[in-house]
Order: sequence, then C-alpha cells, then structure tokens
Amino acid sequence: MNFPVKITEESFAARAARVAEIAAKHADTVDAEGRFPREAADAMKAERLLGIQIPRHLGGEGATTTEIAELCSVLGQACAASAMVFAMHHIKLSSLVEHGADSEWHAGFMRRIAAEQLLIASATTEGGIGGNLRNSICAIEITGDTCRLEKDATVISYGSHADAILITSRSGPEAASSDQVLTAFLKDQYTLERTHVWNTLGMRGTCSDGFLFKGEAPAAQILPKPFAEIAAQSMLASSHLLWSGVWYGIAVDAVCRAQAFVRAAARKSPGAPPPGALRLAEVSNLLQMVKSNVVAGLKAYEDAKADPDKLSSMGFAVAMNNVKIASSETILEIVNHVMLICGIMGYKNGTPFSVGRHLRDAHSAQLMISNDRILGNTSSMLLVHKQDTSLLG
Amino acid sequence: MNKTIRDIIAKFGKLPASIDQVADDADLYAAGLTSFASVQLMLAIEEAFDIEFPDNLLNRKSFASISAIEKTVDMIKDSRKVA
Repeated sequence: MNFPVKITEESFAARAARVAEIAAKHADTVDAEGRFPREAADAMKAERLLGIQIPRHLGGEGATTTEIAELCSVLGQACAASAMVFAMHHIKLSSLVEHGADSEWHAGFMRRIAAEQLLIASATTEGGIGGNLRNSICAIEITGDTCRLEKDATVISYGSHADAILITSRSGPEAASSDQVLTAFLKDQYTLERTHVWNTLGMRGTCSDGFLFKGEAPAAQILPKPFAEIAAQSMLASSHLLWSGVWYGIAVDAVCRAQAFVRAAARKSPGAPPPGALRLAEVSNLLQMVKSNVVAGLKAYEDAKADPDKLSSMGFAVAMNNVKIASSETILEIVNHVMLICGIMGYKNGTPFSVGRHLRDAHSAQLMISNDRILGNTSSMLLVHKQDTSLLG
Repeated sequence: MNKTIRDIIAKFGKLPASIDQVADDADLYAAGLTSFASVQLMLAIEEAFDIEFPDNLLNRKSFASISAIEKTVDMIKDSRKVA
C-alpha cells in the first residue's frame, strides 16, 4: 500500500528562520568567547535540518545543494560561525549521499544521521601536507575486518562537538600520498587529543581546533570510492557553493545594515542626498554580482550532477574555482564598503550598524582553501582547458 | 604510441615508482599522479602527437591509465580523419 507523502512538513525556509533567530541572539557572545554555537546547533537538530540532504528512502528529505545553499545564506545573515558549521556538515553529507548510497554500512549511517540528527565533522587537513587536502601522510591500516588510523589533524572544525568524523588518509601503508580514502568514524570509535586551539580573527565559533586523532572501526566504514573522485565530483563543488552561500549571507546582512544607516540619515534631512547613498548603490551592485555568481554556480552544479564525466571535467572545476574566488574576494570589498558607509557606528561594536564581526568573519573566506592555491590550480588547468565562449552554456 | 606515452609519463608524471612497474591498465592516480602533473602530461601528449584535447575529454577518465590515454589519443586522431 502506498502512503501519501507527509505534507505537514514545514518549509526549509521557515525552519531555518527559527534557527537563525536563535543564532542571531547568541552570535556576539559566540564570537567574543570563541565558543561553539551550541544553541544554534541544538536548534538545527530540533528543526531536523541536519538530515535534510539525505534521500527520503533513508529517512531524509532529499534537499538539493541549491536549497541547502539558501539555508546557509539565511543562517549566515544571523551568525556566520553557525552557518559555517551547518555548511561544513552538509558538505560532508554530500560525500555520503553522492558516493555512499550503494554501500550498506553508509546507507545505514545516513539513516542514523537523519533519525538521530548526528553532526558530522571533517578531518582533511594534516600537519606536513602544506594545506593540500589531496595529499595525505597518514595511512589507514586494515587488519581483517578492522581499520585503524592515527592522524595529526591540524584542523577539525567543531571536532569536539561532532557525533562523527569523516577523515582522509592514504589507502594503505604502501599507497602514494595522493591515493586517498575517506573513512567515517563514530564518536565512540575515536579519541581526540587537542594540539592547537582555534583563537582567530573571525569565524571564532567554528572551534576549528587541531587534534591528534586515533580511531579504530570496522573496515566497512571506509567509503568504497577513491577520495580523488569524491573530491572532484562532490566535495569541492559543494564546498565552494555552500561556503559561498554563507559568505553571501554575511555580505547581505552587512548591506542591510548600511541601507538602514543611509535611510535613517535620509529621514533626518529630507531633500538632501544623505552621505553614503552613492556608496550604497555601489555596494548593491557588488552584492548582486556575488548573488548572480553563486546562483549560476549552483545551476551549473545541479546541471552537471546527472553526468559524472561533466562533474570531473576541467571546465566544471574551473567554473567552481571561479565561484569561490569571486565570492570570497568580493564580500570583503562589500563589508569594507559598508564600514565606510556606516562610519564610526559601523566600526563600533554593539550598535545596530556594527559590522566588525562581519568584516572579521569575511576575512576567512580567502583563506579556507587559500585563494592562491585555487588560482594556481586554475592557472594550470587553463594551459589545456579551452574557454567556453557561449554566454549561456 | 605506448612507448611515447610511457616516456612522457616518465618525464612529466612525477610518479614515485618507475614507469616500467606501471601496467598499461593500472590507475595512474593511484600510482601517484597529481592533478598538476596530469596537466603537464596532457600538454606533452598534445605536443608529441600534434593533437588538441577537446574539453569533453579533459577529465580524469581520459588519463586514468596508459591504455586510457592511448584510447583517447586514438579517438582524437580518428575523428580528425573523418573531418
């Protein structure tokens, strides 16, 4: 017998708006204390937003990357750290959804994530690899049905607060550094010994501490595809797109503050154009470019998803790299502009026009996967990749 | 062609192992081919065979192994004969 799909589910937007309200309330203390946005994370679980990407037959809601990017932006307008935690969780989930569906263990894991609203963290960075996540030093060791891994993970965002970690390593002790696998470890299968404390300029609430990771789990928890494919086909694209969603959120909230500032000035002296009005027009132009860029990137990803060859093509990789470069650079320009518009009221903390936190958070965008590295990667691809000259293609 | 490709990989592939130990159908990425080295490889192959890879063949699959590269080069050469 077929049961009708439950239609009482509230829209993602309504649920995310309630989380955003809670996140906004705590954003300043999360930032000041550099603490995990516990209230927002609990609200994400209560609104069951951590499992939405998982297919319906595994207990999720089958949300698309585009739908999730919109939620990243909604949360990013309230608290960039909370939004980034949400984005990073869903980036990890995209690896499972796109590459783990045929594996019995990983399908069961997705069911659990949806049912128990587990928060998933990522450990792709390692001491000594020079920031290139497509290389590992550590190797997973498989004996019988068990795998063991020890990794000097210099960054695991919200590592202490996650319910599971997806972690990269070489596929075995003899494997080349680029021959990597991705393994899921559940909280009771690993220990974390803190080696670095995340005390940063911005994005302070992501608590991206460094840890010595030691884990032991059934070998079935290793994702059956090479990490190279996972990275090329889902992780890099979803990272650039969901991060860009968060960054757009930071920028749009800053622009709203600037607009409120200019409007208030205009009301005080009707007839005279308020100072900052032209700059506001400029900033609205930049914001629109960021938005168009992210939306076009999302469309390209959704279009390419059906075609694995397109997903791993150079043209697509160049396009995704460009989305990341443009949005990460432009939001800084936007928030900086907003600061000029709001003046000292923007520079000061605790006013309705404060954008100090926005500016500090925005600075992380160019560094998380360094833009220099991404430009280097694009420039090498451009040696062989031919430019697509069509406007719409 | 196999020998030319092997020579090019030996020169530009920067693999940790010797090219003689890599079988024709072995996964070059698993053998340590990085994405940067793969671009250098593509450039050298374009030059050696006087071809240009169209964009739809610029993906991991076309360069996954020595036999895959041979197949890709053949495909481009054949399509040129037709044209």
